Amino acid sequence: MRDALEGSQAIARAVSLCKPDVVAAYPITPQTHIVENLSKLVAEGDLHTEFVSVESEFSAASVVLGAAAAGARAYTATASQGVLLMAEVLFNIAGMRIPLVMTVANRAVSAPLSIWNDHGDSMAVRDSGWIQLHAADNQEAVDTTIQAFRITQETELPVMVCMDGFILTHTMEVIDLPDQATVDAFLPPFEFARKLDPQDPKSLGTLVDPGFFAEVRHSHHAAMAKALSVIADTDSAWESATGRACGGLLTVEGDKDAAVGIVAMGSTTGTLRAGMAHHPDAGPARLIKLRSFRPFPAQALIEATDGLDHLIVIDRAISPGLGGILGTEIAAALADVPNAPKIHNHALGLGGRDIPETIYADLMAAVTDPDAPLVFDADMAKLAPEDR
Amino acid sequence: MQDQARLAELRQKFGREPAAPTEPRPGERTPREAQPRFRGLESGHRACQGCGEALAARLVMESAGPDVMVANATGCLEVFTTPWPQSAWRVPWIHSLFENSAAVASGMEAAMKAKGKNTKVLAFGGDGGTYDIGFQALSGMLERYHNILYVCYDNEAYMNTGIQRSSSTPHAATTTTSPAGKERMGKRHLKKDLLSIIAAHHIPYAASASVAYPQDLQRKVRYAMGIDGPTFLVVHSPCPLGWRHASALTIEVARKAVECGLFPLVELERGAVTNIMPIRQVRPVTDYLKLQGRFAHLTRDGDPRAQEERDHLQALADYNIQVFGLAGDGDDPADTAGVTTVGRGGPLAGRAS
Repeated sequence: MRDALEGSQAIARAVSLCKPDVVAAYPITPQTHIVENLSKLVAEGDLHTEFVSVESEFSAASVVLGAAAAGARAYTATASQGVLLMAEVLFNIAGMRIPLVMTVANRAVSAPLSIWNDHGDSMAVRDSGWIQLHAADNQEAVDTTIQAFRITQETELPVMVCMDGFILTHTMEVIDLPDQATVDAFLPPFEFARKLDPQDPKSLGTLVDPGFFAEVRHSHHAAMAKALSVIADTDSAWESATGRACGGLLTVEGDKDAAVGIVAMGSTTGTLRAGMAHHPDAGPARLIKLRSFRPFPAQALIEATDGLDHLIVIDRAISPGLGGILGTEIAAALADVPNAPKIHNHALGLGGRDIPETIYADLMAAVTDPDAPLVFDADMAKLAPEDR
Repeated sequence: MQDQARLAELRQKFGREPAAPTEPRPGERTPREAQPRFRGLESGHRACQGCGEALAARLVMESAGPDVMVANATGCLEVFTTPWPQSAWRVPWIHSLFENSAAVASGMEAAMKAKGKNTKVLAFGGDGGTYDIGFQALSGMLERYHNILYVCYDNEAYMNTGIQRSSSTPHAATTTTSPAGKERMGKRHLKKDLLSIIAAHHIPYAASASVAYPQDLQRKVRYAMGIDGPTFLVVHSPCPLGWRHASALTIEVARKAVECGLFPLVELERGAVTNIMPIRQVRPVTDYLKLQGRFAHLTRDGDPRAQEERDHLQALADYNIQVFGLAGDGDDPADTAGVTTVGRGGPLAGRAS
């Protein structure tokens, strides 16, 4: 059913369609509207779930861990400081291979304090072993959330659905919400083979000595590699069920014969698409929308960038002392590719800095500028000379 | 004669006529072996000899029964029971992190509610995981009124990491991070009064117990298991390694802690004290201190600082005895150390005051 919904409201409705047994959350901007809407669905009797309003994000993550381990479909949502407060639990959830879904309403990490969007939060836990999928718009966020519940069951890997805070969470647009029967047919009942069960007692989370730790990490890494096809197949299955796809691991659009490519994640891709349409003088580009950041689809990226001379990689976070995170990873992925494109890595939109459509022309022009800065939209005039 | 009369009175009231002990015939199981006892925590784990926590956990599991699941904080209990691929647990058991057993248990309980199951959820933590790093998660669990029994195995320091002080370490005790020296007499601060903080949550039931009084401990577990709501139990569990006493003295040390008033055994309902275990023979704290190497610096002769700290600890014990009304009515024939402890903390205890 098509309806005008705020992003957060749409996510709450999508989660509700997946019938979670347990939802635990702690409020943080810009995630709040998601949990408020879920609370309302519970209060009105439209969603039958154990809604646990916890005293911190640390406990939110711990509650969904315990719930999923006990055999319940579980969901939580957070952002920014919440992601970092959860960090220890996030690694633990993934290491124990507990299936659950979390929305991250991406927001910058303090200091300086900022409630606005960038990807610093989810990037900070990129090595936690979670699947990280980025939604480019609210329809994708809805569809990816529903897919995430199926992916997590199939892979026993927790799934983080990343959506840009405010830019998506607080934007109202027309959303096509699937009906309950479609979701029920798409999403099998929740089953967790290792669940805590008095009829078949198991010990989870035991101490592992050096004789087995490496094997656990290897199998986790191998499971992530296998998840690549699960993510792609699940999106295909969703397309069969609803006629809509989110782009699997990544999608290629724009001018496929262009010499310049641009890779971005999240809502930036929409801005670049509009910029390309409205600034034809800047030249054509092949636009690569990366949906799966973890597992990292190296082979798909190699194929998507084939034939390019230049590849602009947009990061919405930086690793101080290194540079762009996505840029560095793509450079590594293309390291052994003959005639690989030259990579131009820029960080944009940090801490909610608006990314205008005109950025497309600026980025295209910077391909020939060897001195283009990493933090592309930083205004040096605002800084003292010694800080530039 | 008075004692004999009292015994007769008690036997008539409670119907406990002690039978003459008999040796089992060859091939016959002893009464202990024949007892249908649920063992949630099996033997064969890797706890130290004389571990109070292992004993306490076994007793808790016996009384809690099979239809439970456990969330266990990081610590000795977790490490010595589950060196992969072995596990000493016969119930579903999960260890996540140090500071989240109460929150993980909350999720497990929410899952049971969502699934319409009655399996009781237990959360276990040491004093580090309860008084310190897991304190917030515990408070949240109690406030949200989850149907969980939280058991804190209190051995008064971070034993798993090598005996570092916690907020539960008694005043003046030495640990590796509160050593005694020219400038210090062990821990400078007081043992946190956790039970009062728990009481402030006005939960249905909270109690302290001790491994020296197993029947009392198990009665408290059974009582808590029958409550649909949050309940809390702190069990004084000596650690021979950390407290530096002989491993054969675990029970004696635990008993002396109760008898001197430093570890009062009390029960609270909705935050109000509803029962205490009276101390028939109040002992001086030095009887407790002198058994343990962690207090060795307090029993040195001629050190005025040692005298000062002993006085301080005695004052803390006296305070407990006063506020909880622990002082009993003298010797009791049914309550002599070294004989059976049946009846302690039971209906008999309530009659003392």
